[in-house]
Amino acid sequence: MNSKISNRIAIATLYVIASTIVVILAALLGYIIISGLPAISWHFLTSPARAFTSGGGIGIQLFNSFYLLILTMIISFPIALGAGIYLNEYAKQNWVTSLVRTSIEILSSLPSVVVGLFGFLIFVVQFGFGFSILSGAFALTFFNLPLLTRSIEEALAAVPDEQREGGLALGLSKWETVLHIIVPAALPTILTGVILSAGRIFGEAAALIFTAGQSAPALNFTDWNPFNISSPLNPMRPAETLAVHIWKINSEGIMPDAKAISSGSSAVLVISVLGFNLLARFVGHRLFKRLTAG
Amino acid sequence: MNNKLQKQLLKRSKASKLERFGKTISFLALMLITVTVFAIIIFVASKGLSTFFSNHVNVIDFLTGKDWNPNVTNSKGQPEVGALPMISGSFVVTILSALLATPFAIGTAIFMNEISPHRGAKILQPVIELLVGIPSVVYGFIGLTVVVPAIRSVFGGSGFGILAGTFVLFVMILPTVTSMSVDALRSVPRYYREAALALGATQWQTIYKVVLRAATPGMLTAIVFGMARAFGEALAVQMVIGNAALLPTSLVSPASTLTSVLTTGIGNTVMGSLQNNALWSLALVLLIMSLIFNLVIRLIGRKGAMSK
Repeated sequence: MNSKISNRIAIATLYVIASTIVVILAALLGYIIISGLPAISWHFLTSPARAFTSGGGIGIQLFNSFYLLILTMIISFPIALGAGIYLNEYAKQNWVTSLVRTSIEILSSLPSVVVGLFGFLIFVVQFGFGFSILSGAFALTFFNLPLLTRSIEEALAAVPDEQREGGLALGLSKWETVLHIIVPAALPTILTGVILSAGRIFGEAAALIFTAGQSAPALNFTDWNPFNISSPLNPMRPAETLAVHIWKINSEGIMPDAKAISSGSSAVLVISVLGFNLLARFVGHRLFKRLTAG
Repeated sequence: MNNKLQKQLLKRSKASKLERFGKTISFLALMLITVTVFAIIIFVASKGLSTFFSNHVNVIDFLTGKDWNPNVTNSKGQPEVGALPMISGSFVVTILSALLATPFAIGTAIFMNEISPHRGAKILQPVIELLVGIPSVVYGFIGLTVVVPAIRSVFGGSGFGILAGTFVLFVMILPTVTSMSVDALRSVPRYYREAALALGATQWQTIYKVVLRAATPGMLTAIVFGMARAFGEALAVQMVIGNAALLPTSLVSPASTLTSVLTTGIGNTVMGSLQNNALWSLALVLLIMSLIFNLVIRLIGRKGAMSK
């Protein structure tokens, strides 16, 4: 009987732990959304921030976040795809491969401040890019590469070997097989990985405060020439992102409505991440259906 | 004529050129990542070591000194760069948050995988996946507006400090540790459970004596991974810890961590000065700790693989 009683006690305890966690997590999500939603309006999402008076928005920061995300993806996706292809299709089991795998693992576990500081040293100071979107995009690339490479490699590994044999039997070279058969077959999974990593990039701040900078100069949204300093597309301008903005106004902000702005920005960030998650599921599912006629 | 044909046959075909090109390109991409990692380690190390080589600060003094005040020189004519307050601050918040998170994470993982897989998959899984993705500044902001005032009203003082940092990190690493623990439990073969139940073990006996034992390496990896994340987290901790470079004396007095000093300090110092070099040395400590966490995870993995 003793073991039955302890069984009951243990299982009851596990129920308590699990429900505590659900309560904590639900309260957290609920708090972010409920305290943030009242602050969100069209004005809040589109108008520039104000330093000393209330009523500022997050328009420029929001644009910067998306622009930086797109730029980072443009830089990091080809590199991650190449690395993923090599690791899964060409790499032999030898010391070079294991060295490479170890270094990817190290990169993925480096604190993002360290990555940001390295970006600061190399791009901001050494290459003279200054605090700019480009420096930020390179720093985020380092931050993003290991996870993206791993998810692409896993996506490629999930494609059955029959597909490779089919391609080779048709007389295609290995590279052509990869490019025309394996990558398209793995595309839904790859895309899911890309979108999930986009969510991570979108909320990253520590790697950006010393690379993309902490200021958001006024932008002229009618000027789309990337070489003009006030153009939104200029990659050499300093760009505070939404996540950096939250940190900045909470550590040294002096506007009277800092709390409301942070709540609103937090809710926007969390809703965006939620959106990325849902999009990843939807796109993966939809694309898979279309490509496999299933 | 014969020569021409020979040339044509011996020349690389278009397809083989393409093959070489593709292989080289993808190899270069991979090498780029590897070179970057080495570059990060070398650059941070060379910057961080210059405190000791060009500013002649003693390494032992740096690691054990209790006073962090790089602008001031002490009685021995040495600058006051004792990093012990930050190093201990980082370790204390990391260990406390891991101690707090472990039972909750493992309990939830067991619940999700062993007791109520249906509810686990329907409710807990999506929530945890979402929480893994919440940006750390948001955790910091919640800590600032909810946790810090709560600690202030219970314990008095400013509310900023180790305790606030611990709570924020606890909630932050919880989803990561939980989902990795779930993976560890999931990899325990089903027949282990069936065998235990067939021998007459209760559900808890099966979990405690069989499933948890088999999943121990995976769980340890999850915890160390969570600790590595907590140790390297910057902004969320910086927002709630109070940023006073003092040795932590109580859980509710302002303190600082390696990352918090780095985020607040790097922008206010001049490149190449001692003040700046000392901060890079802190970054080097952070880097070395991250490498050690990585090594520990590897060792656990190897040991777990052997016992199977």
